[in-house]
Formats: sequence, structure tokens, C-alpha cells
Amino acid sequence: MALVWCDNITIAYEGQIVVRDLTFQIGQGNYLCIVGENGSGKSTLVKSLLGLKAPMKGRIVLGDGLKQKEIGYLPQQTDVQKDFPASVQEVVLSGRLNSRGLRPFYCAADRAQAEAMMRLLGIESLKKSCFRDLSGGQKQRVLLARALCATKKMLLLDEPVTGLDPIVTSDFYQLIKEVNEKSGIAVVMVSHDIESTLRDASHILHLQETALFYGTAEEYKKSKAGRMFLEGISHPAERGGSFVQYNH
Amino acid sequence: MFNTIIEMLSYPFMVRAFIVGILVSLCSALLGVSLVLKRYSMIGDGLSHVGFGALAAAAALNAAPLTVAIPVVILAAVLLLRVSGNSKIKGDAAIALISTSALAIGIMVISMTTGMNTDVYNYMFGSILAMSSQDVEMSVLLSLVVLVLYVFFYNKIFAITFDETFALATGVRANLYNTLIAVLTAVTIVLGMRMMGTLLISSLIIFPALTSMRVCRTFCSVTINSAVISVVCFCLGIVVSYFFATPAGASVVVVNLLMLGVYTAAGEIRNRTFSRHE
Repeated sequence: MALVWCDNITIAYEGQIVVRDLTFQIGQGNYLCIVGENGSGKSTLVKSLLGLKAPMKGRIVLGDGLKQKEIGYLPQQTDVQKDFPASVQEVVLSGRLNSRGLRPFYCAADRAQAEAMMRLLGIESLKKSCFRDLSGGQKQRVLLARALCATKKMLLLDEPVTGLDPIVTSDFYQLIKEVNEKSGIAVVMVSHDIESTLRDASHILHLQETALFYGTAEEYKKSKAGRMFLEGISHPAERGGSFVQYNH
Repeated sequence: MFNTIIEMLSYPFMVRAFIVGILVSLCSALLGVSLVLKRYSMIGDGLSHVGFGALAAAAALNAAPLTVAIPVVILAAVLLLRVSGNSKIKGDAAIALISTSALAIGIMVISMTTGMNTDVYNYMFGSILAMSSQDVEMSVLLSLVVLVLYVFFYNKIFAITFDETFALATGVRANLYNTLIAVLTAVTIVLGMRMMGTLLISSLIIFPALTSMRVCRTFCSVTINSAVISVVCFCLGIVVSYFFATPAGASVVVVNLLMLGVYTAAGEIRNRTFSRHE
């Protein structure tokens, strides 16, 4: 049984179908990268995986004891967070809310878990710092620690390196890889940055309304969709055929 | 000085004003932190205008003011959230739309019944004499409800304020808590608006949160500081209003404004010393 099994799903957004007849699965310890151009349905798919948007057709089945609210999500940063007065500790602790249910306050075990995650990601010394004063890379580590507090099985990262400089970006990828390998947490990452992700990912889902490609990273490098994407030539279908016309 | 304060508290209306005012300042400061951070600052202003309309209608119908105004304003608060969640009319426009409409309806009702008199003036700018002992009982009860709910749901309120999508993804019912915040805000505003005035009540929501954010750097300290600042400013404002015979609402707002200035300066000094150490 896979952690997540998407069975022939179709998802609509404001009446428009954005994802069609998509089937794929995420196994324990997998590192799945979802790539595709803007507007290819990646964000909508993320919403459905999180259970925030029900598919119009088909079903998403969670297995291996993964509960809907126990997916460790790392969203894109919002405007509100830019000047938000909150300490790193407060932010990381909020990842434990899903295990609290109706009980209103955190217990010692929650605090210990938050500490452990901050230690794992090397942000222990920032514990008392204010979130808004951190650098981009530090902020992402804090949000990753929060996501890790919320899950034991699967992380879902939505374009996590947007706006980070190259060195910080490669550090961050390294971190994700370590989390994936050492703790066996499955990683699902939405990304534009295909070249870097191909190095680490075990599986690739190339989305263009439906799956242009779904399989292992090795196969992807050899596939038609993969080669075209990697060589920087867009798939003709994505340009609505204009690519062919320009050559005439 | 001491004698004058004793003398001030010998008036029952002053004692009532202090009790209601302190509780309302406390509630509005707590809720204000979340509202300001979520970019909903103007919701307080919008709701107070709806409250004005409701109070005018209650006066025309000879009904008890709070029992009419509270349900109407709660309804408006829920409606405002729904409308601003729906992208057809943006949040700020929706608030302006609803608040001016309610104000206009209130003025129409007043001019057709009692005429524009001191009542209108009191609604607009507040009156320290507005509180009856029945109102005090109701205010104490409702404020305690607001405070208990806020403390009980504090961690969830933090989560939906900081990152609503993450909160939703991890099973926090963000819509429920957003509605809760709106309803609590509505109750707080109705309780405070007759003393502070329709035009000034929203300052109780915005000022303490902004002031404490100049200096504090964690959500918890911002929340506690706002509550303290709000109560202190309210008490100072009432004392000022007693000594200088100025309207209570305006005096409280002016004290809040001065406090914002003090905190901004403190924040600047603190930032400079920090950057020098680094």
C-alpha cells in the first residue's frame, strides 16, 4: 500500500478543469518531484493532496496509516509573515497543533519535539529570535521544522527555494535529502528547478494538465518529455503549436 | 491628587465606566493583535457603523439597545468575513460598503423619529454616562466569555493568524476560528461603542496591537503587552477626561496616540543599539 494513491483524479478550479485523469502514487520513503510550467495545475494538485480541494472525479486514497492532517506542509511564504512578530519557537510549536485536537495548550512532549526538530535543522540558536528578522534560508528552515513537527511520514513542499540565493538553495536541497534518507520521510516537492531536483528525486511527475511523464528519475532523463524539458526546449503541445510555426 | 481620584470614583457612573471600559479594552486589545496582523484592521470601524444603525433602530423601537445591536452586529461580522473571502468584492471595499450603508440607514431612522439631537452626538462621539447598571452586568458577562474563549483558543488563533493554509492543512478549522474572532470582535465593539463612540471605537482595536509591535518580538509578548497598554491607556484617558472635562472616547484615543509615539521611539532606540552590537 502506498502512502498516497491518486486514482484517475480530475480537479476543477473555478469551473475550469486544471488537472485531468491523473494517476500516480507516493510510496514510503519516496522523493517525488512534481514539475511543470506555471498554470500546469501544480498548486491545485497540492491543495487536493492536502485535502483542501476535493477532486471532481476519481479519488485520493491515503494509506500506511497516513492521516490527512498529518502531512507536513511547507507553503509558499505570505505577505502577512513579512512583518509578523513571532518567535521561531512559537512558529515551530504550531506544527504540533494537529496532534492536540481539542486540548488547548501544548504539553512537555510537544515542546521536546519542537526542540528536537530545531536541533535537527540547526536553528536551535535562533529559538528566541523573531521570525521577521531571519534571512530567507533561515525562514525556510523554521517552516521546515514546523512541517516536520506535523508529520512522521510525508513532507509536501511547495516551491521551497523561491527567492533563495544559489548557495542557500543547494544547502536546503541537501537538508531535504538528509531528512528523506535518514528518517525515511517521503518527500513531495513542487519545483521549477528541474536540474537540481533530478539529482535528489527518486520519482518525477511532469504535469501538464495530465501526467506528461510519471516514473523514476532515471527513466525521466531518458524519456521524451524529460529530454525536451531538460534541454530547455518546450514541448510543442505546451506552446499550442506555435513552436512549429516559428521554424517556418 | 489622591483625593480627587477618590472623589472621581464616588460617582457611580464613573465606576461603571471604569468596569466596562477596562473589560472592553482588554478584549479589543487581544482580538486586535490578530485583526491587525490579518489585515482586517478596518473591520472594527465597519462594525461600529453597523452598531450605530442598530442602536438607532433600537431607540426608534424603544427596545433595549444591547439586545438589538449585538445580534445585528454579529450578523454583519459574519457577512463581512464571507464577502471578503469571496473575491468578487474585495475586503476593504466590502467593509466600506456595509459600514456607510448602515450609517446612512441609522441616520434616516433617527431623523424620522427623534430628530438629530444629543443622542446622535452621543452615539458618534461616545458618552461616559451611557452605561446603565444593567449594561454593566451584561458587559461583564460577555467580556468574560470573550476572554475565556480567547485564552482557550489562543494557540489556534496564533496558527490561523500566522499561516492560514498550513493551519487548514493540519486540520485546524480556520473558518470556524475566523468566524469566532469576528463574532467576539462584534460583541466587544457593541459593548464599547456607546462609551467610546462610533467614530472612535476601532482605535481600541488597532492602537494597542500596533503600539506593542513597535517593541515586542513574539506573538505572546505582543498579546500581553497590548492588553496591558490598552487598559493603562483607557484608565489614563478617563482620568484626563475627568480632569479636563473632555469627552471620554477622544481622551482615550489621544492617550493611545501618545503611547504609540513613546513605543515607536523606544523601538527605534532598541533597533539602533542592536545593530551597534552586531
